Amino acid sequence: MRKLPLLNAETRPFWTGGEVGELRMHRCDDCRRYFHPPAPVCRDCTSLKVGPVPVSGRGRVLTFTINRQAWTPELADPYVVAIVELEEQEGLRFLSNIVNCPAEAVAMGMPVSVVFERVEDVWIPLFERATS
Amino acid sequence: MTGARFLEKNVAIVGIGQSEVGRPSSRSAMQLTVDAALEAIADAGLQPKDIDGVCSWPGDNSNGSSFSPVGPLAVLSMFGLDCNWFSGGYEAAGPLAGVMNGAMAIASGMANNVLVFRTITESSNRTSGSKDQSLAAKSGPRDGNFMWQWCTPFNVLSVVNITAMYAAAHMDKYGTTPEQLAQIALNARRNALLNPKAVMRKPMTMDDYFNSKMISTPLRMFDCDVHCDASTAIVLTRRDRARDLRNPPVRIEAIGAAMNQPYLWDQVDLTANATADAGNAMWARTDFKPSDVDTAQLYDGFSILTMMWLEGLGLCPRGGSGAFVEGGGRIALDGALPLNTNGGQLSGGRTHGMGYVHEACTQLWGRGGDRQIRDPRVAVCASGGGPLAGSLLLVKD
Ligand SMILES: [Zn+2]
Repeated sequence: MRKLPLLNAETRPFWTGGEVGELRMHRCDDCRRYFHPPAPVCRDCTSLKVGPVPVSGRGRVLTFTINRQAWTPELADPYVVAIVELEEQEGLRFLSNIVNCPAEAVAMGMPVSVVFERVEDVWIPLFERATS
Repeated sequence: MTGARFLEKNVAIVGIGQSEVGRPSSRSAMQLTVDAALEAIADAGLQPKDIDGVCSWPGDNSNGSSFSPVGPLAVLSMFGLDCNWFSGGYEAAGPLAGVMNGAMAIASGMANNVLVFRTITESSNRTSGSKDQSLAAKSGPRDGNFMWQWCTPFNVLSVVNITAMYAAAHMDKYGTTPEQLAQIALNARRNALLNPKAVMRKPMTMDDYFNSKMISTPLRMFDCDVHCDASTAIVLTRRDRARDLRNPPVRIEAIGAAMNQPYLWDQVDLTANATADAGNAMWARTDFKPSDVDTAQLYDGFSILTMMWLEGLGLCPRGGSGAFVEGGGRIALDGALPLNTNGGQLSGGRTHGMGYVHEACTQLWGRGGDRQIRDPRVAVCASGGGPLAGSLLLVKD
């Protein structure tokens, strides 16, 4: 059971891109910088010409932790929380989980690629070890 | 000269007070608040009716939430004060923001004598059998909170997961070791043994540290602060009036409240957080230097945050906190920079922010008893983690 985010005009593309297999990140049309979380204004140049664009979904583990505290009964098994930096831009990153491998197999700098976990109308972007 | 330009220097701490630090306390949140406030006001040599300003961070939080059950409105009403200034609220530079706000109210002439307090009852909340309120809030309907909506969908329900990732990044980037991190916890426990009010008063060894439960790698139970029920208060006064009161005035020499990063825990500098934002801003407002500091009371909600504060305040080089605390001697009571001399929040109790100011004044006024350090004049306090950071430089006149 994951708590689900509230979807709105800015955040919906990020949380629903998985429906068509796309990770979508906000980018500024003027300065071409990506930024996260999505917002109606560019953090770098204050341009309003911003919007979601599909990205590769590839990145690397910037840092991670193995959670061992059962915050709820469903969270009794260890799970990996990571901050993943996407290959498109230095500093373009977000917090996620590393899945589909033992927690002990996760390492700093590990290349990862996005996978989606659908819950109701949300496609949560998670990451697994990149194969290539 | 920085004196004419930076007006917090015209403000002094003249009294301190603290309720019992219970785990849990049988006293109500309001009673704890009254205990702390009356002690602080009497310590200053003032009467309750002299108080014309009340400030607190974060103020009344969600109608009695244990994180902050009492705010300025309740206090000014309860004491029947004629207030010229009052303020509370979460969106400020961390748990020391009540002091900053009160100091600015005095410096700008809005008030003469400000009571600053912080009440917290997280221990009785835990032991009353009710589900932890902060967790309950995160398992309710969909999350639209500016920060948490990017955390809870990934089963991050506590900031310990995020601070653990800061610790992992610090270790990876600078070679900081778990044994070095442990020194923050061991130092806190050593000092708590000399503090009759500390919550944790059993000796801790390095083995005890490594045997404590892993919560979120690399952070263990003993890297996390301990809940308590307590209220802490101080009284601020115009410095020109402070000289006529009971205690040698402790001047607010400089405030650090800068925030140069977004309030998003995964977007901040992962190995410094906002500590250097606050630290650099603070040092720019004073002629004092990091080498002038006699004691540091630095946020230890999680041990790694104390390490970042040592660096962000320039008390050691960036990335050098591991070497700085190595062996624990430098930060001990008889070391070059006594740190968290009352046991901090890790062992003293999570009084959350104001405890550091209370302890700094306790040391500056020579009231530390068995834990008193030698003749301190300059203390630095800092509080906050992630993108939330604030610091105070305190100097005894
Ligand atoms: Zn832009």
